[in-house]
Amino acid sequence: MTFPIKITVNGKSHETEVDPRTLLVHFLREDCQLTGTHVGCDTSNCGACTVLLNGEAVKSCTVLTVQATNQEVQTVEGLAPPDGPYTPIQEGFRQEHGLQCGYCTPGMLMAGTALLNEIDNPSEEQIREHLEGNLCRCTGYEMIVRSIQWAAENPDGIPVEIGEGS
Amino acid sequence: MSLVGARVVRKEDPNLISGRGQFVDDVKIAGTAHMVFVRSIEAHAQIKAIDVSAALECEGVIGVWTAENLELAPLPGVPGLERPTLAKEKVRFVGEAIAVVVAENSYAAADGAELVFVEYEPLGVVTSVNEAMADNAPLLYEAIGSNVVMEVPSPDEHQEIIDAAPHSVSMHIVNNRCAPAPMEPLVCLADYGPSGLTLWASFQAPHHLRNTVSSWLGIAQDQCRVITPDVGGGFGAKVNFTPELFIAPTLSKLLGRPIKYTQTRSECMTEMYHGRAQEQDVDIAFDDEGKILALRVMVYQDQGGYADPTGMGLPALTTTMAAGCYMIPNVSVAWKNIVTNTTPVAAYRGAGRPEASYLIERAIDQIAYSLEIDPVEVRRRNYIPTENFPYATHSEIAVYDSGNFAGCMDELLNIMDYDAIRDEQEKNREDPGKPLLGVGFASWLEIAGFGPPGSLEGFGHLGSWESVQVRIQPDGSAIIYTGASPHGQGTVTTFAQIASDYLGIEFDKISVRHGDTATIPQGIGTLGSRAVAVGGEGVKTASVKIVERAKQVAAHLLEANPEDLTVEDGNFSVKGTPAQTVSWAEVAWTSFRPLEIPEEMEPGSLDTTVLQQVPNFSFPSGAYGCVVEIDKETGDTRVRDMYLVDDCGTVISPMLAEGQVHGGVAQGIAQALYEEVKYDENGQPTTGTFVDYLIPAAPELPTFTSGRISTPTPNNTLGAKGIGESGSVGAPPAVINAVVDALRHLDVTHVDMPATPQKIWRILQGGAK
Repeated sequence: MTFPIKITVNGKSHETEVDPRTLLVHFLREDCQLTGTHVGCDTSNCGACTVLLNGEAVKSCTVLTVQATNQEVQTVEGLAPPDGPYTPIQEGFRQEHGLQCGYCTPGMLMAGTALLNEIDNPSEEQIREHLEGNLCRCTGYEMIVRSIQWAAENPDGIPVEIGEGS
Repeated sequence: MSLVGARVVRKEDPNLISGRGQFVDDVKIAGTAHMVFVRSIEAHAQIKAIDVSAALECEGVIGVWTAENLELAPLPGVPGLERPTLAKEKVRFVGEAIAVVVAENSYAAADGAELVFVEYEPLGVVTSVNEAMADNAPLLYEAIGSNVVMEVPSPDEHQEIIDAAPHSVSMHIVNNRCAPAPMEPLVCLADYGPSGLTLWASFQAPHHLRNTVSSWLGIAQDQCRVITPDVGGGFGAKVNFTPELFIAPTLSKLLGRPIKYTQTRSECMTEMYHGRAQEQDVDIAFDDEGKILALRVMVYQDQGGYADPTGMGLPALTTTMAAGCYMIPNVSVAWKNIVTNTTPVAAYRGAGRPEASYLIERAIDQIAYSLEIDPVEVRRRNYIPTENFPYATHSEIAVYDSGNFAGCMDELLNIMDYDAIRDEQEKNREDPGKPLLGVGFASWLEIAGFGPPGSLEGFGHLGSWESVQVRIQPDGSAIIYTGASPHGQGTVTTFAQIASDYLGIEFDKISVRHGDTATIPQGIGTLGSRAVAVGGEGVKTASVKIVERAKQVAAHLLEANPEDLTVEDGNFSVKGTPAQTVSWAEVAWTSFRPLEIPEEMEPGSLDTTVLQQVPNFSFPSGAYGCVVEIDKETGDTRVRDMYLVDDCGTVISPMLAEGQVHGGVAQGIAQALYEEVKYDENGQPTTGTFVDYLIPAAPELPTFTSGRISTPTPNNTLGAKGIGESGSVGAPPAVINAVVDALRHLDVTHVDMPATPQKIWRILQGGAK
């Protein structure tokens, strides 16, 4: 049995049919081929799968694809156009060493984006509280906090070409 | 400008912040089938029967295999204690693989696995070293006749010294079992075609995996390519072998299709090797001034259900480092390796050294308390003086290379206001509205930079060197290939910094490639805080060799003497005549043109490979200070401030070094306050997901205050000691010393990790001391 869905992902409409039990994260990774969104825990504790659903941060490992039908999803791939520039939060993570292995990073970027959409200039405490549902095993979080602060302080980011320095 | 020591943004980041990283599960190959395991739900049982018939009927299922219909050699491991690749007859821990279901997609494979029925006959269960050593304990290995699978004689030495000493303290210390829990669990993808095997794996040591898998499969190494692309954290747990890495290639060959395995978090929590899981009996004798006279340590290492070579070696590392940074005239050590019906134990960030620093730093605080001398002062009275390096320890493995322990403590007291914290502590005790405050210290020391010849071979590795190939491209850019295999450390950036300095090529024109046995000469991997201390030195060695050859080409073009040339920022120039220059690009291009290079040179000579060796381990050290707050009502304990002074010798990238320290400290705080893998009396894990196993999030951790001392190691010319594991070695004793300090007025002398609110609340209610 399949179920018809129509979901806009990063501005592009996807009209197809899915097994009704398909998790949104698997639809994004397998059907849309957007592998930036990661699975880390299966229990919605770690937030590696965080995406924006109609602008709000959700954990795509605990959203069914059918629940997202007729709605808009934004993933990490939708933050910056391929030719740049990065969004301030992406640039902040680079400038402040907000990532090490990079596995939690897409979730952190999306959670951070949702926070900055809500509060222009969050305090350290607000940032830490907001990231409560996103686990990172590498950084100890301080540099993630600094990365988001960098983004808040530099709303225009730094105009750099994607791929520069790589 | 020198890049070593400079703040440089990472080359790794553009892909990873754009969703363009490539982790194993992101690799898609047409025709891939997916495998899911049926795992034991019993901790110790005979397998009576396995019924796969319903699974085989399940839509999408391609096949189901067990030890009955799939002949598999045991996993490479400890002789006499081999682990079956799929359980045969008996299971020894919850999570052990019994059967594997392959299906067209992962959902169908999971459906099939649900329909495999295993009939067990439960056996008696032991979940702790004490239970395992008890008389008449159920035995995991009947043939061995004991759950103690290795024993290094008991420490009856020094009893007379301890008896005669003015003071002594005995402690029983539990170093709690932790799950490494990298954010990316184990993932592998095997594609075994007619022309050989390609195996993608989230692993820290691709060549080690290649060597082992190829010999396990009985194929030549040239037919076996292992790729470790972006790896989502490892922390030591992705160096050791688990069945999936061997079964995926086996089934791929059998079915003629690529096979992918993506571990779930709950599988990862029960199957990926755990760390720590150690108990210790510690006796320490000292004089009236707090000078240590003797130390005796007995280690009981829980190995879990199957012994891994690294797991078996953990007590050796603990006992080697047991004396920490102190001059102790009499040290005796012993250990037992014990099997239990729990997840196997092996390396986790620090691997044996956090257990050592914890025991000695707890013991030092006991000395301080029993003599009523300040804990900082007791440390100072016992430090090995700087002039005593190299310092031969009680262990033949460890000759400390260099250090400045008193200097680290001085710097720590520079960045924290100790007196003010003590004042606040006094005031808070009397004020019912304020939390209890505790301050704790750790002067920690660890063994890193693995290592000198012979050091990794014992754990099954080919060697202890690291490979670096520097290959100049015709346009004057450079590619560095290395066997170091990072998973977050930033090696692409740090190696490019080192290469840039020694090649004189711009940072932006240097790429670093790793994690592919088809393109990397040979390699060992990233573990034991070795990438910079061994591989980084290799980058320098190879770069220096290349420049020597390049200068011959440049000298030929400039009609100068090679000895008179310098190279910087992409140009060779004649000393004293800066106008006489030739670009790296021109030198590189020319080096490939036989008619234009000096007659004695071969074309393409600007390409060299080194297997870098180091003569000794390095010994990073530091002094950490921790301030905890304890809620008087609830026992909730938080780290308020963490002061961190590290000495890792030369720092390549201050920003990345700080990141390594933060991450290690976060894991250390986690072990001290939050994390513990637990089992019930039947061996059922009660911390099998992130719902139950408390990985701290951003609100639980403080902002860190850092300082630095630099005592270069003499073992490599960079002077770098390694930093990956420092934080996890130094933080736990600092935190627990602070917790005990906060409760000192209640006559508390020890609190086992993790210091949960429940434990602390009981103490505050007048319970356990």
